[in-house]
Amino acid sequence: MNRAVPLTHLQRLEAESIHIMREVVAECERPVMLYSIGKDSSVMLHLAVKAFYPAVPPFPLLHVDTTWKFRAMYEFRDAAAKRVGMPLLVHVNQEGLRLGIGPFTHGSQVHTDVMKTQSLRQALDQYGFDAAFGGARRDEEKSRAKERVFSFRTAQHRWDPKQQRPELWSLYNARKRPGESLRVFPLSNWTELDVWQYIYLEKIPIVPLYFAAERPVVERDGSLIMVDDERMPLRPGERPLMKKVRFRTLGCYPLTGAIESEADTLPAIIQEMLLTRTSERQGRVIDHDAAASMERKKQEGYF
Amino acid sequence: MAHQSELIARDIGAYLHAQEHKSLLRFITCGSVDDGKSSLIGRLLYESKLIFDDQLTQLAADSRRVGTRGGELDFALLVDGLAAEREQGITIDVAYRFFSTERRKFIVADTPGHEQYTRNMVTGASTADLAVILIDARKGVLVQTRRHSYLVHLLGIPRVVLAVNKMDLVGYAQSTFEEIVDCYREFVGRLGLTDITAIPISAVHGDNIVARSAAMPWYPGPALLQHLESVEVDASLAARPFRLPVQWVNRPNAEFRGFAGLIASGRVQPGDRLRVLPSGRESRVARIVTANGELGAAAAGQSVTLTLDSEIDVSRGDVLASADAAPQVADQFEATIVWLQEEPMLQGRTYLMKAGTRTLSATVTPLKHRINVNTLEHEPAERLELNDIGVCELELDRPIPFEPYTASRALGGFILIDRLTNNTAGAGLINFALRRSQNVHWQALDVDRQLRARLKGQKACVLWLTGLSGAGKSTIANRIEKRLAAAGRHTYLLDGDNVRHGLNKDLGFTAQDRVENIRRVAEVARLMVDAGLIVLVSFISPFRSERRMARALFAPGEFFEVFVDTPLAEAERRDVKGLYRKARRGELQNFTGIDSPYEVPESPEIRIDTTSLSADEAAARVLAHLEGRKVISGA
Repeated sequence: MNRAVPLTHLQRLEAESIHIMREVVAECERPVMLYSIGKDSSVMLHLAVKAFYPAVPPFPLLHVDTTWKFRAMYEFRDAAAKRVGMPLLVHVNQEGLRLGIGPFTHGSQVHTDVMKTQSLRQALDQYGFDAAFGGARRDEEKSRAKERVFSFRTAQHRWDPKQQRPELWSLYNARKRPGESLRVFPLSNWTELDVWQYIYLEKIPIVPLYFAAERPVVERDGSLIMVDDERMPLRPGERPLMKKVRFRTLGCYPLTGAIESEADTLPAIIQEMLLTRTSERQGRVIDHDAAASMERKKQEGYF
Repeated sequence: MAHQSELIARDIGAYLHAQEHKSLLRFITCGSVDDGKSSLIGRLLYESKLIFDDQLTQLAADSRRVGTRGGELDFALLVDGLAAEREQGITIDVAYRFFSTERRKFIVADTPGHEQYTRNMVTGASTADLAVILIDARKGVLVQTRRHSYLVHLLGIPRVVLAVNKMDLVGYAQSTFEEIVDCYREFVGRLGLTDITAIPISAVHGDNIVARSAAMPWYPGPALLQHLESVEVDASLAARPFRLPVQWVNRPNAEFRGFAGLIASGRVQPGDRLRVLPSGRESRVARIVTANGELGAAAAGQSVTLTLDSEIDVSRGDVLASADAAPQVADQFEATIVWLQEEPMLQGRTYLMKAGTRTLSATVTPLKHRINVNTLEHEPAERLELNDIGVCELELDRPIPFEPYTASRALGGFILIDRLTNNTAGAGLINFALRRSQNVHWQALDVDRQLRARLKGQKACVLWLTGLSGAGKSTIANRIEKRLAAAGRHTYLLDGDNVRHGLNKDLGFTAQDRVENIRRVAEVARLMVDAGLIVLVSFISPFRSERRMARALFAPGEFFEVFVDTPLAEAERRDVKGLYRKARRGELQNFTGIDSPYEVPESPEIRIDTTSLSADEAAARVLAHLEGRKVISGA
């Protein structure tokens, strides 16, 4: 007896993520989980339920809403919060709303800055959260590869790559002064494939938009954009066509390109992901805006 | 090939099933500048088909623009992350890379090979199962190679791959490879590293990376990736005695009390007898609770929640251990420290120490020596600068359960945190406990302070009155105690003058003796609070640091600092004992306020202005405060 069976890679990743979440709850005063409704958020929420079972995770969910998400995402969000029994806070940048900031009228950069980056900072300040869980992964993008699990932010929410604390073993330093905060990334060491495999194994619910279905889309600047509501102005000559498409990542619908696909089951999605030759972030219009754009956005306080 | 594209296309279900049993290997790559580390990692990512078309397009463009390979694909650019780094052509921090093959997922800690090296490499090495040490075949074993190997050894990485790179530039010569390997083995043999696999490679050309290279038919061993895929991942942690540092106590309702944490070593199952450390109490495991149902057993590496079959006191920071093989408890250690911040480590300074899930105070007592990481010689040192490694003694403010780092990374590794900046200042490895503390085992007592205090119908606490000589501390303390006694409270008054006649009569008034004076009194007060008493301490206690040290001995809400605020001129005017006159005449040395400083409390719980309050009013104010804090009711 006692012959040790080594843990699988997903078991090790799960145990690490749970450990990270419990450290935050034990050491921080007002944690919150940033819930963006995507597949990474779904996995993070699932892990939180596991980490604190039988208690309900002792923090609220926060959705920083740009008001431009897919309708299916809003439905899914409300159902998910209800299912796990955690309070759901929704924050919209009212100033941005008043000014009518949107992706069609102001472009993706302004829209993302006002409705996402600034809005997130507003929400964190308003509620006085001192630690916020985010679903970012190190494999997503080069500047993320050096991100800490506990990412320290100044009272102005700035990320200074040179001032990050070394992280040794599984000892996380959560100490901070009033006003300073932490962004914590429990999925740091997961890859896109790990996330999909875990969703498959654990039967985690995800937004239906990840599965291929007939949807109305227009082709615009090389991307397939879904016409999700009447706010989308059509350019001359544009006509929505029904195509069998799905989304690899989810964000604001005008900024999220669909791919044509037949993959309408989880195994089919994973199969397509493994055989495809373009990386996940390519569907996100915001990454194309400027070189090193993610690093700059992070310094400004984007997640 | 890495991703079994064919199987994926043909039978995704079978592929996914196979993936469920993949293991994980974490490794670190160490090399000097230009050893080809980034090229190697870029090559591994490329060969395992983790570079997507859009990334390749970007890479091709970058290679033409800033590449160092004359327009050919420069794999190093795949992993040089931050914009600042790309401009300077260097990497400045630890980056983590991911790739996987059909058998394993890999996490690579990529650390830069120049300045800040020690700090970054130690960070990356702390979680690694294996180290790949790169050597440039043209240069052989360098001083840096020795440094890398020493750090690998220090951080307890059991397995080393010696990757002799750039074999293409030495004509793939077997003799060059063998000379380097012999030289290396001789050096690391002295360190104690034994599990070494040497592989000749060319990262740029892909020789011996994924498959055996035709250019080196004389090499009989596996290619690098084959080796990384098949090397055994250490399962020995599960065979060691059970240890679980408690992270969080889960109490969703009055019926459930679970102890959550990551199992550091060993296995556990319901019915196992566990000891709680440092208290020493014992209980048995009732259930292993997870969201997917109860488990029959759990082992090292799993995050679990345990319930026990009796109500005993367990909180965050405690360690649950198998009762028949529990770790020792101590509060003084010899430790090896790696210094990680600009502000140097000084002897005598106190830092916060995070060990497992416990954070406490640790004071650096003597710094024994610094280790020259290039020569391994011990050098005398007064301080540790950034990237220095040294051996020192540490004195903690409480005993902790521990194991030497060589036996357990989880119970032997710790970080030191700067109290002012909250930065992670140093990393430490416990070598051993100093004998004087190791043999004093903390006796677990069944009657505890709560019970003793409850029997007396009160909450135990300490009122710490500080202020100048003649400020009125003793007078006020006396009035407080009389009123408490009248209300049936159990109290004791420790008075500076009285204690100096007995317990502390060997101490004078130098700064050093004053520190010891306060330490002893604080410890006595702690024992009395433990006995359930309301303790009044009436001591000048002029230094902030000692008052802080005293406070740290007590639980939050148990220590009340009462600043008896009397201006020096007023105290000197009263001069009840005639001491100020003596001091002014030079007949008393080191007199507080005259030739020895009094550091005013920054945020005392209670401040008494004796120029506006009488002794009785002052006592009433203190009692009102205690009532407000629910320490006493209606005294």
